[in-house]
Amino acid sequence: MQFLWAFIVGGLICVIGQLMMDLIKLTPAHTMSTLVVVGAIADGLGLYDPLVKFAGAGASVPITSFGNSLVHGALTELERDGWIGVVTGIFEVTSAGISSAIIFSFIAALLFRPKG
Amino acid sequence: MSDSNQASQSSLSQMSSDEYKAIAKKHEPSRPVIRNCIRAFLVGGLICLIGQCIQEFFMSVFDMTTKEAASPTVAVLIIISVILTCFGVYDKIAQWAGAGSAVPVTGFANSMCSAALEHRSEGLVLGVGAKMFKLAGSVIVFGTVAAFIIGIIYALLGFGGRG
Repeated sequence: MQFLWAFIVGGLICVIGQLMMDLIKLTPAHTMSTLVVVGAIADGLGLYDPLVKFAGAGASVPITSFGNSLVHGALTELERDGWIGVVTGIFEVTSAGISSAIIFSFIAALLFRPKG
Repeated sequence: MSDSNQASQSSLSQMSSDEYKAIAKKHEPSRPVIRNCIRAFLVGGLICLIGQCIQEFFMSVFDMTTKEAASPTVAVLIIISVILTCFGVYDKIAQWAGAGSAVPVTGFANSMCSAALEHRSEGLVLGVGAKMFKLAGSVIVFGTVAAFIIGIIYALLGFGGRG
């Protein structure tokens, strides 16, 4: 059942992005930045976790979950270490995504020539 | 180099640019919003479905919890996206799918990888290193600033954090 919800919720988040690009005529960069901030605010309000529980990868794969993870890291370390945790914790959860994107992109640039 | 010559030249270019705009407008497809949304929905949903499959795989094979499986899932999706970008496949998908391929984390990886490939000829440091975040940078900056502000609000309101 979660597979179905992952498809529907993930698809709907992408539709929201598409509508922002088509109707409000935002550039892709503006759309992505807005979605990340929306995800961060949603987690700040405690709304994103229930969505992840409900839709699984449908909520954790779109870029909104990047904002969600940044807030999660900050709040987790705030709990543990106090004020300084807000700064030290921000990238804790998203490290896997950012690091692997940097590393694999770099390796790709070493091995490949641009296509198309 | 008379003034009139210059003037006529500029009026010519003015006219041709107007003409161009008129022609471009005539041939510009009115944005097929509904079709774009259906495509975005299908591709975005499919990418999330693949993510769900990978996550279930990690959870059942390596006995991970949902939380533990999240990071390797994202990493695998990023590897797939980088490989597809290298072979020029992801950009073809992106042309068809619009936001459907841009919004998932694979689009984030795609923007970094294609920037890295595109600027490879400018060298490893000034090209790959400096330009990799050309598009992804704004996402990271705004996400980080938003997360910082929200963290500060939590701290100020004395909510403490969340485990």
